[in-house]
Amino acid sequence: MTARGDMDGSVLMTKLASDGSAEPFPVAVQHPVENIQIGLPSWAERWQSVALAASAWAPVRIGRAARRSLVVAILLVLWQAASWFGLLNAQTLASPAEVWAAGVQLLQSGELLPSIWVSLRRVVEGLLIGVSIGSVLGLIAGLSRVGEEIIDAPLQMLRALPFLGLLPLLIVWLGIGEGIKVGLVAIGVVFPIYLNLSKGIRAVDHRYAELARTCGVGRRGLLRWIILPGALPAFLVGLRFSLGIAWLSLVVSESINAQAGIGYLIQQGQQFLQTDVIVLGLVIYALLGLFMEGFVRLIEWRALRWRVEFTSA
Amino acid sequence: MNSSYSRNATPVVQLRGLRRAFGTRAVLHDISLDIAPGEFLAVVGQSGCGKTTLLRALGGLDAGFDGQLDVRGSVAFGFQDARLLPWVSVWENVVFGIEGTRAERQQRALQALAAVGLTEHAQAWPRTLSGGEAQRAALARSLVRSPALLLLDEPFGALDALTRLRMHALLHQLWGDQGFAVVLVTHDVEEAVLLADRIAVLDRGRIADLYPVQGDRPRARNDRNFEAARSRALRGLGVQDIARTVEAYEETPT
Repeated sequence: MTARGDMDGSVLMTKLASDGSAEPFPVAVQHPVENIQIGLPSWAERWQSVALAASAWAPVRIGRAARRSLVVAILLVLWQAASWFGLLNAQTLASPAEVWAAGVQLLQSGELLPSIWVSLRRVVEGLLIGVSIGSVLGLIAGLSRVGEEIIDAPLQMLRALPFLGLLPLLIVWLGIGEGIKVGLVAIGVVFPIYLNLSKGIRAVDHRYAELARTCGVGRRGLLRWIILPGALPAFLVGLRFSLGIAWLSLVVSESINAQAGIGYLIQQGQQFLQTDVIVLGLVIYALLGLFMEGFVRLIEWRALRWRVEFTSA
Repeated sequence: MNSSYSRNATPVVQLRGLRRAFGTRAVLHDISLDIAPGEFLAVVGQSGCGKTTLLRALGGLDAGFDGQLDVRGSVAFGFQDARLLPWVSVWENVVFGIEGTRAERQQRALQALAAVGLTEHAQAWPRTLSGGEAQRAALARSLVRSPALLLLDEPFGALDALTRLRMHALLHQLWGDQGFAVVLVTHDVEEAVLLADRIAVLDRGRIADLYPVQGDRPRARNDRNFEAARSRALRGLGVQDIARTVEAYEETPT
């Protein structure tokens, strides 16, 4: 999908370079020797050096990540303060400290880690099944016209259906045990993987296939060296989408009748009006989602280095 | 004394009565051509005259033509865009499609990259190369196949003028060293005269003119033979040569 001529690349490179050199700061730094010879620097230059010094010494000069986490910390403090001053009672929403305490307590009682493990396992199993099915369907539809004609229309029809709406039917088919929890994740995941992979394969530049022919590369080599690497960026986009869908599916299916897992913890909290446990469950969902997203980003960074290094150069 | 090839040897390419039509539109009419081993043939013509179609037929990228085509030996193809796979390193691009262990392939790639002066970029990603470097890598990819025939489709068309001059010199040197035959498709008449043994002028799908370029190599732009070959090509293309007009102007008494 991003496979374009190398020409475009070089044009962009020079553009970046010229933009970089157009920045005001390097120009200001180049002249101090001249200034000494002439005497006093001009007002404009003085102003600029003052601005430079200010930006270098300013105490608020902290990284982007630090600023972002500072915002989160402030919100947490406000939330905690609201609980202290009685604006929020524990029945409506537990304070961060209470959530933390609930977490520590559940960890010590040995309930927390098994719950996390159960939920994580459901998501990973569902992802493995869904990604496998989606990949096979995507490969068939992407590589063969006949395959596309057979597979695409039914899948597009199913996709038009909000898949969480299948839940009642799935309960009839799979019951309310582990099957539905893994199954709902798997079904949700199939679509983004299928769509992105098949489109990604179709979007691979046909000029590379021509190159393969002039280099005496056969069908297997074409798949290995051109089609799969060319479709990989689109596949990974699909994988990131499917992670979000996987956690959403899990939350929905675990809220039906969970005997274990994070959803079970949350249900318990709901029954006993423990908002601290409910919030704890939600926080754990979020953290697990972030963790898996980070994992996929790591794969992307590793597998798409040829693009990463280009854009950061 | 410009013949660095022998016309008596068995031709690398024998082409008889080549015709190609896309639907009802005929693009090539009855083209017949022999190319000797080691010969440098330039095909010039305006856009749409069928140059690229002819080259694709020679390179086996197009099977939809009529006529008889006989190509002896291995063929390498150079495109106008360097067409390097962006997801593998430069050296892996060079040996794309070549069998062997990793060490063997890397060694062959490095040899070819050394020939085009690109050794230090062997590990680089293709997107970090400039246009000229990318074309040199593409040239290395052709060389590594030790071709008997190198087909080039306007390979320098997208390069800036100075880079193009350097690429001319490089191609000329590699051709002299390695002795493959070249078919260079170009719309740049000077480029054709500078590099080629023979020039084929293609006009609306027919070879309008086919003639040898006289004179020693490397060619000099101010040489009489150079000027003659250039004018002949331009005449064949139906282009009025502004240089002649200026000359005529200078001769008019003031």
